[in-house]
Amino acid sequence: MDQPPSSVKLLGSWADSHTHRVQLALKLKGLEFEYQEEDFINPSPALLLHNPVYKKVPALLHGGRSIVESVVILQYIDETWTDNPIMPADPFERAVIRFWCHFTDDKLAPAVGLVFSSSGEGQKAAVDQVHENLKLLERELKDGAFKGRRFFGGDKIGLLDIVLGCGSYWLAVFEEVMEVKLIDPESFPVFHAWLRDFEEQQEVKETIPAIDRLLEYARGIRQMMLSLSNSSSSSINNAAASSG
Amino acid sequence: MAEGENKGLVLLDFWVSPFGQRCRIALAEKGVEYEYREENLRDKSPLLLKSNPVHKKIPVLIDHGMPVCESLNIVQYIDEKWPDRAPLLPANPYARAQARFWADLVEKKVHPPSAFHLFVSCAAPGEAHFLRKFTYCIRFQMYESGTKLWKLKGEAQEEAKKEFIEIFKLLEGELGDKKYFGGETFGLVDIALVPFTAWFYSYEACANLSTEKEAPKLVSWAKRCRERESVSKSLPDPLKVYEFVCFLKKVYGIE
Repeated sequence: MDQPPSSVKLLGSWADSHTHRVQLALKLKGLEFEYQEEDFINPSPALLLHNPVYKKVPALLHGGRSIVESVVILQYIDETWTDNPIMPADPFERAVIRFWCHFTDDKLAPAVGLVFSSSGEGQKAAVDQVHENLKLLERELKDGAFKGRRFFGGDKIGLLDIVLGCGSYWLAVFEEVMEVKLIDPESFPVFHAWLRDFEEQQEVKETIPAIDRLLEYARGIRQMMLSLSNSSSSSINNAAASSG
Repeated sequence: MAEGENKGLVLLDFWVSPFGQRCRIALAEKGVEYEYREENLRDKSPLLLKSNPVHKKIPVLIDHGMPVCESLNIVQYIDEKWPDRAPLLPANPYARAQARFWADLVEKKVHPPSAFHLFVSCAAPGEAHFLRKFTYCIRFQMYESGTKLWKLKGEAQEEAKKEFIEIFKLLEGELGDKKYFGGETFGLVDIALVPFTAWFYSYEACANLSTEKEAPKLVSWAKRCRERESVSKSLPDPLKVYEFVCFLKKVYGIE
């Protein structure tokens, strides 16, 4: 089904991996869209209007209506512009893709975030957790549901590649900023090879910001997160004490 | 190969699990036959561990030996596998996006899986690490508004009540005056939420929270849902749920 290209607008933030997911999907579908940069700290009235529940990017505006939550948006894009599908047709394969998308957002991403926001023993535990999660993906790529595939989507990038790939660049960034080993090519050869291949794709190169910008951004956020985590951990301990 | 692995449809489940109930409702809506298998969550079967090696949790739907995990994933699988009857998602892409958004919100905000399963799969009574894990869940975004109502006391419980009421007001706003969340058709969002209505009585008894007063539209919606055979046959008696909650409270020394 063809929609007038100018009717698509994306509210996003340049360093937000969920925004990149949507940008990449729109590019893979060959769709033109208008982009509006949002400030993470001060959401615009438009963003508050179009995402009143979560007040976050990304928000896709199409035909006067808004769709939010990146994985919901990706499926909406796939079902509205049906050429170059990013989801498989078979129900079981679709269930496998959805499972690993949920794993990415529910397990892997929070663990990576925790590496970034913690220090000392807590950070070590978070790094171990990231490794445990990557091992599961490595196993799936090597011997499991995605065995023998170039991408999770097969020969071409699919929804899970987009979800996992737009965010995995933080692994290399955090390795440098935090001086930890997260994605060692010897421990995760297949995952590493997939990520390198993904990042070489033209549409991906056009979407993901330059590494220098990401490094600078990450260093700034790290400072902020450390000071927040120091004040919030004492209030968590107080809450635990009062609820025990 | 374990017994029953290639036997048609098998649902690995636990009687009181709202997540398992979602799957039972979806299968019943489609009129699909399956074998129900009750799991002992303190002694999980080899089949469960093999079918969901990543999370080791119920529910798991095994379709001719192929496992599908996570309740909302299972519901969508059921919908796509049997597209010729009782559609659980609308046809229009925008309406589908709305349904997925609200089902995801229920998942995140009403009673997240980790909290429930954490609670039921804890090994022995009085384990010290329980409270550490519980605190971990609160910290890392796993708000468990419902669970907090009967686990906590005093100020923490009042906070949980407030959160609970806010979420239900949000859901009532989305429901409006519609028959179901999807309009005239019972669907994904209804299936995602309705199992938690069997816990309303427990929330009221433990936290003195009247859902009739705070969320009357949802209470009426729940009654309409219960008129469907798929729901009435899949949901437990709220009093039985309350007995289960009391048992857990005793085991973990709360009150």
